[in-house]
Amino acid sequence: MYTQMVKIRVFEDNANQLYLDAKMPGLTHMYSGEEAVAVGICEALRVTDKITSTHRGHGHCMAKGADFRQMFCELLGKVKGYCRGKGGSMHIADQTNGNLGANAIVGGSMGIATGSALRAKLQKSDDVTVCFFGDGATAQGLMYEVMNMAALWKLPVIYACENNGYSEYTSTDEIAAGEILERARAFGIKAFNVDGQDVIAVNKLASELVEKARKGKGPFFIELMTYRYHGHHVGDINRTYYRSKEEETEWKKNRDPIEILGTFLKTEGIANDDELRELYSKVRSEASEAVDYAINADYPDISEVDMHVFQEG
Amino acid sequence: MPEITLSQAVNQAIAEEMRRDETVFLIGEDVAEAGTPFKVTSGLVEEFSTERIIDTPISEPGFMGLAVGAAMTGSRPIVDLMFGDFLFLVMDQLCNQAAKIHYMSGGKLNVPLVLRTNLGATRRSAAQHSQSLHALVAHIPGLKVAMPSSAYEAKGLLKTAIRDDNPVVIFEDKLMYQDKAFVPEEEYCLPFGKAAILREGTDVTLIGTSSMRQVCEKAALLLEQDGISAEVIDPRTLVPLDENTILDSVKRTSRAIVVDEGHQNFGTTAEIAARISEKAFYFLDAPVIRMGAMDVPIPFSPVLEDITVPTAAVVAEKAKKIVAGELIHAL
Repeated sequence: MYTQMVKIRVFEDNANQLYLDAKMPGLTHMYSGEEAVAVGICEALRVTDKITSTHRGHGHCMAKGADFRQMFCELLGKVKGYCRGKGGSMHIADQTNGNLGANAIVGGSMGIATGSALRAKLQKSDDVTVCFFGDGATAQGLMYEVMNMAALWKLPVIYACENNGYSEYTSTDEIAAGEILERARAFGIKAFNVDGQDVIAVNKLASELVEKARKGKGPFFIELMTYRYHGHHVGDINRTYYRSKEEETEWKKNRDPIEILGTFLKTEGIANDDELRELYSKVRSEASEAVDYAINADYPDISEVDMHVFQEG
Repeated sequence: MPEITLSQAVNQAIAEEMRRDETVFLIGEDVAEAGTPFKVTSGLVEEFSTERIIDTPISEPGFMGLAVGAAMTGSRPIVDLMFGDFLFLVMDQLCNQAAKIHYMSGGKLNVPLVLRTNLGATRRSAAQHSQSLHALVAHIPGLKVAMPSSAYEAKGLLKTAIRDDNPVVIFEDKLMYQDKAFVPEEEYCLPFGKAAILREGTDVTLIGTSSMRQVCEKAALLLEQDGISAEVIDPRTLVPLDENTILDSVKRTSRAIVVDEGHQNFGTTAEIAARISEKAFYFLDAPVIRMGAMDVPIPFSPVLEDITVPTAAVVAEKAKKIVAGELIHAL
């Protein structure tokens, strides 16, 4: 889990640099700071289990098994990317690992995740679907429609609300009335709150719920308290009007998910500083190799522009 | 060949495909025991149980979203959207999700689902239960659009839609559910992108979709009494559109009227008329005429509602004028 979290952090550092160096078209949304959420949950899943992701989706993608090269290629619009360069940062899908795709509509994938769970039930498959979304998406009506049906039909879906405290540029307190967990409970869905910076706690809870959902005891709802180190997107630099530098420093210094697990590993004698440093630098060199690969990779041939509008045959 | 209603034809198509392929299921409001308000799906739940004929809460975006997710992961859902007007409720799931997923994933993910809904005014249902919104859907790349004009087309096109690996929206005419037509006993599917020439003629081509096919056929009979020979074409699907059959016909007749029940502004009639004007311009002896629903919300009062939709008499009148060579401002 430590390696997976480091991979996400390093991936995002590189993606941010690609943006700053003007090597990446468009914008992207950094997952840094929230690694324990994606990793803690995805480590509880099998490859055949499904996830749906969000505009802030790189972490879910990596945690569900994606590789650096295809990810960076997609970010740069290259043909070797996961979507042949047609999706970009906000639409990476990796069906071989059960990732049904990131989604650039806030809350847009809640129906898809629940539908995947309905399919699993109809086809007597025991796979579980996890729907990742942010606190901002809890303001979308679709969520309540699909949670109602998921609860009525006992679907094997887990709604994972990454509460990073901000709905784009607005504090969650200003957009969410009442308690988010109570909304799920109103449908009779068992709902849990967990420290989203503690990957061990996340993984323990997720593992229990996934196994229960697999046996038809779902759906479940988890609210994971976490923090977004960067702005809403990479271009959101000046953000003191909505949150303080002190708050950011506090989370980065004292609540960093990688640091928390690192300290645990050292205290338990599972790894020492040198080993963790070595691991970090190995991941960094893998990432920079993949960035070079992506920078030098080909763009799609322009004849591909009207391919894949429809599935032929 | 037995004569059955459009409603029975749809019911047969769903049942046959569900027997053939166990990944097919039907989902929507009141589709099981109630059989929908139009009684189209009556009896299906007895054969397929509530596992595959799934009644939902009144949550159109919700069950549309479920269908997209189920389709992406190995099912072939048929979504029953009770009224075409409710398309506005499902737009994000249909147009931002279903339509784009295959493309955005670089061809890796498919969304083989069918959205069955309806169109058509003159049922005295007023502005929120009378719209014909197929042009909205046809505008979005990634969605196929089928427009059956009788029981025969309804069955054949629906079976093709269910087997298609893309999202297909199929619009049935509410007023036609009880209309009978001869339908073969043996199994058949009708190909998408293949228009039907329902009547051959030499003076003018009338292109009529869905509910407007019958209007065009009746107009052709009226014109015959005046010695005008009208060809009638039903495109059957808007996406893909069988442009060749339409263009070949217009090149022979040199005149065309496009009749469709959607609103005229920026609509289906405009698209087909533009293609004819672009691709058969030098064969034309008259401007291509568009005849859609009036650009007003559909009114309730019968005396108002009836004039919002093209009728055979009005179509025949326009056809006579262009055949007579009258100028456009006289139209």
